[in-house]
Amino acid sequence: MSKRIDVQNLNVFYGDFLAVKDASMVIEPRSVTAFIGPSGCGKSTFLRTLNRMHEVIPGGRVEGKVLLDNEDLYGPGVDPVAVRRTVGMVFQRPNPFPTMSIGDNVVAGLRLNGVKDKKVLKEKMEQSLRGANLWDEVKDRLDKPGAGLSGGQQQRLCIARAIAVSPDVLLMDEPCSALDPISTLAIEDLMNELKSEYTIVIVTHNMQQAARVADRTAFFNLEATGKPGMLVEMNDTQKMFSNPDQRATEDYISGRFG
Amino acid sequence: MSSITGVSAADTPGPDDDLHEGGPEGRTPSSDGASTGRLGDKIFAGLASGAGILVVALVTLVGAFLVIQAIPALTNNDSNFLLSQDWNVDTNPLQFGIARLLWVTVATSLVAMAIAVPFSVCIALFLTQYAPSWLAKPGAALIDLLAAVPSIVYGLWGVFTIGPHFQPVQNVLTSVLGWLPFFEKTQTSAGSTIFFVSVILAIMILPIITALSREVFAQTPQAHKDAATALGATKWEVIRTAVLPFGKPGIISASMLGLGRALGETVAVMMIVSALAPNAPWSWSLFTGGETFASKIANNAGEFDNPTKTGAYIAAGLVLFILTFIVNSLARIVIERRKAFSE
Repeated sequence: MSKRIDVQNLNVFYGDFLAVKDASMVIEPRSVTAFIGPSGCGKSTFLRTLNRMHEVIPGGRVEGKVLLDNEDLYGPGVDPVAVRRTVGMVFQRPNPFPTMSIGDNVVAGLRLNGVKDKKVLKEKMEQSLRGANLWDEVKDRLDKPGAGLSGGQQQRLCIARAIAVSPDVLLMDEPCSALDPISTLAIEDLMNELKSEYTIVIVTHNMQQAARVADRTAFFNLEATGKPGMLVEMNDTQKMFSNPDQRATEDYISGRFG
Repeated sequence: MSSITGVSAADTPGPDDDLHEGGPEGRTPSSDGASTGRLGDKIFAGLASGAGILVVALVTLVGAFLVIQAIPALTNNDSNFLLSQDWNVDTNPLQFGIARLLWVTVATSLVAMAIAVPFSVCIALFLTQYAPSWLAKPGAALIDLLAAVPSIVYGLWGVFTIGPHFQPVQNVLTSVLGWLPFFEKTQTSAGSTIFFVSVILAIMILPIITALSREVFAQTPQAHKDAATALGATKWEVIRTAVLPFGKPGIISASMLGLGRALGETVAVMMIVSALAPNAPWSWSLFTGGETFASKIANNAGEFDNPTKTGAYIAAGLVLFILTFIVNSLARIVIERRKAFSE
């Protein structure tokens, strides 16, 4: 399943601080959308509002709408826990559960959803690990701790864990920033494969990465430190990197600031 | 810190995890290749190794002292030391056994743990996971403070505040669960039973277990909690999948420190439990009296007038010493067994 995200006039607050101001965008299903921009511009914060992970931080709240195929994630009575079960997330630093084996890590989300059937768990485990291009590397040590894997393998394990629950959307918050180039390439290839099934949104500091993997790119910026971040431009990646509509985008991409 | 809480900074994954794929053996203290040749290094290395060796030597010497002092009494003992519940140390030959002391010591400590550990873990989870920060910070400071107060203060409070109201509790337990040997009704009044002393011991060890558990739970990496949250875990599921597994070695270590206090607690037990008559029949009931190793030794400390007689008490102390060792070893085994999963 893959769903369209439609963000309408979203303001994100941490307490009284406005972190992202009036952002609107449409994210197409079965595509990779990249968020780029300087540090502190609110791109990660904005990403987290797409599965309500920003609410983990005290005082985090939004005004506006985030529609997932016309269902408002912030509608009355919507449980953030239910939102996160359909919008998966992969983090900057690989974070497999250290007390669980590789296999248990993959099916952790299924177990949380109440799946107990061993056969189903085993099938999903293999399917997800294959989906994350990790099966061949770990199939002989599924009962070993996930912490024994390399950073790149751990990150793919986290992706396997996220896709095991069959989410509609997969959010990735700088998933390669702690990885070496080879592992980064493996993750990028994986994104290309996964986008046939999922809506993928990735935050990246690496503009080449955005250019390589994303179909659409959004550029966030902030006027000054302490001012809210905002969406400057969103366009097809090719256009963003060759002939952007906004001057600020061109300045950033050509390296004149940021 | 790591030996107390079972976790240390090194246990949490760092950004350079793939550097030490080889596992823990790549991280021994001296394998970092740093110079140890300077004077300051030599002095500190000497002090540290000296302190370490001293502790090991002290424990060995204490053990040896206990064994040597206990031998005369043990060889002059007419009863079975492990199985008898006699305690006649003024006769010749002596007749003494530790069966009753061992049972009362183990029973009071275990019941105290069964009450205190779940309570402590819940308090620690509340302070670290549920409480708003305006409450969590003073709460943490308060718990640390409480843990530093000598436990006898809580013991006294329990005796005088809970003691007078304890009879109904005991009546309910003996009438509902009286068919179990542990809850058999006896004539001992509620304020002086093994069960009541267990409750008091639980109160006494609660702060230390809470303080250490809270410390460990507070160190749960946000990344692990985020991982669970992002999978759609509820608050309790986050605790179950990320916080508790991470804190388990710490809870075990904290419980062991609490257990150590409970096993060795003397004054509170002396104050509360009434000693049984010398020839009382064996009872498994928690609602009868008795003495623990510590209270037995303390109760009779005034009568250590000849070495053989004293040796009988020292033999009892030796068993307490060994018991503590066994319990701690078991705890370490539990922690070590899952070590690969806590890196």
